[in-house]
Amino acid sequence: MLNKIKSVLSSLMLVELLKGMALTGRYFFARKITVQYPEERTPMSPRFRGLHALRRYPNGEERCIACKLCEAVCPAMAITIESEQREDNTRRTTRYDIDLTKCIFCGMCEESCPVDSIVETRIFDYHGEKRGDLLYTKVMLLEVGDKYEQQIAADRAEDAKFR
Amino acid sequence: MMDFFAQLFGSYWPEVSLTAWTLIKIVAIVAPLMGAIAYLTLAERKVIGFMQVRIGPNRVGYFGLLQPIADGLKLFTKEIIIPSASNKFLFLLGPVLAIAPAFAAWAVVPFDLNMVLADIDAALLYILAMTSVGVYGVIIAGWASNSKYAFLGSLRSAAQIVSYEIAMGFALVGVLMAAGSLNLGKIVMAQQGGFWQWYWLPLLPLFLVYFISAVAETNRAPFDVAEGESEIVAGFHVEYSGMAFAVFFLAEYANIILVCMLAALMFLGGWLSPVPFLPDSFLWLLAKVAFLIFFFLWFRATFPRYRYDQIMRLGWKVFIPITLVWIIVIGAMMQTPWAHLFH
Repeated sequence: MLNKIKSVLSSLMLVELLKGMALTGRYFFARKITVQYPEERTPMSPRFRGLHALRRYPNGEERCIACKLCEAVCPAMAITIESEQREDNTRRTTRYDIDLTKCIFCGMCEESCPVDSIVETRIFDYHGEKRGDLLYTKVMLLEVGDKYEQQIAADRAEDAKFR
Repeated sequence: MMDFFAQLFGSYWPEVSLTAWTLIKIVAIVAPLMGAIAYLTLAERKVIGFMQVRIGPNRVGYFGLLQPIADGLKLFTKEIIIPSASNKFLFLLGPVLAIAPAFAAWAVVPFDLNMVLADIDAALLYILAMTSVGVYGVIIAGWASNSKYAFLGSLRSAAQIVSYEIAMGFALVGVLMAAGSLNLGKIVMAQQGGFWQWYWLPLLPLFLVYFISAVAETNRAPFDVAEGESEIVAGFHVEYSGMAFAVFFLAEYANIILVCMLAALMFLGGWLSPVPFLPDSFLWLLAKVAFLIFFFLWFRATFPRYRYDQIMRLGWKVFIPITLVWIIVIGAMMQTPWAHLFH
């Protein structure tokens, strides 16, 4: 009985509502945790899996040997490879397409690659403006690799001890 | 200049000048009101953002100050889609009926001593009438959309507004018993004598009931079942787009400012200064209204939505009994030596 009177009184005095408002009122003055994205960025792991790239050896030779392991392992079947024998009798790709609209960024291509050729970079803020823009061809992937080689190499080196 | 117009209109000049002068006064009320509504939307996003440990809009202009203008431009340029199965006339009448009373009620709102468009004695009744008409906009919009979500939203809104109007009306009965007048200016002047003479203290239960009912009346969180985005998409205005939607939006915010203005006038002493050494001023009224509006935003950031049956229970089984009891208390107290407390 006493408890009942107590609960009626406390609901009439809006006790719980005021408690809730006190909580939001405190947060009103709390330090804001918003990250102002284009100007500020959150820290990123060297293992971040973003846009793909094809790497080259320091002498300029492309790493990919067209073993097609990545194509086989890709769960989204986003990779298409065609290859032939070059004049120096080494096997190289003639076509290496990644459909980024299919890709699920699982990183298995990178993991399966025996020569560290296909890698995923830290780049995540890229876009396509028309249909087909996100179908990355061999040329485009090599370009990405050439452009960001320093960052890619640094990230691989940092992660090497865990592999 | 004036002579020229006087000659132009000849013997009609008194009527013409009165009309023109009234129109100027209307613009002087509505234009700042529209600005206040626009910036209330920004204030809402900022306040709720802050309470959620975010910083709110800050990209358009400094501190997002141009955000309302950007929003307005966007809504202006969007297409108004009229559902083919809707009743076109009523569909377009809905927003008009929502916003017209929200603005019309401002005619009797006093901003300072003798600073009022229409100083009528039945001001309180007029405002109750106007705020009640507002619900027709919602009902008609929901029905004319010919959509089940819109229809459910308008049904809920109708039931809710009818329920809370009673509690609200009874709360105002207490005010007019204490003030002895329905004229808003006179109600404010009856509260003279500083912070502790304002009606919020002797009529505290009525003040709380009025304010909470006002939240329900304007369909704001936590009483926003008429919109209920998690249940019925957007409620009565699902089918509206572009400016037709914006008009509902404006009406909602105009109503918020209106009910806060009324609460400030009737319970917080309007333009009266809280301390004797500062003069009474229009600015006090603005400050009080802003203070009350902040509570609307605070509520929205804090409370989860009421269930429909809880809303009905609160309105009928809690608020109406409380107001009735307190009206009797006021009436009884007025016959005792402590009557001065309630005047």
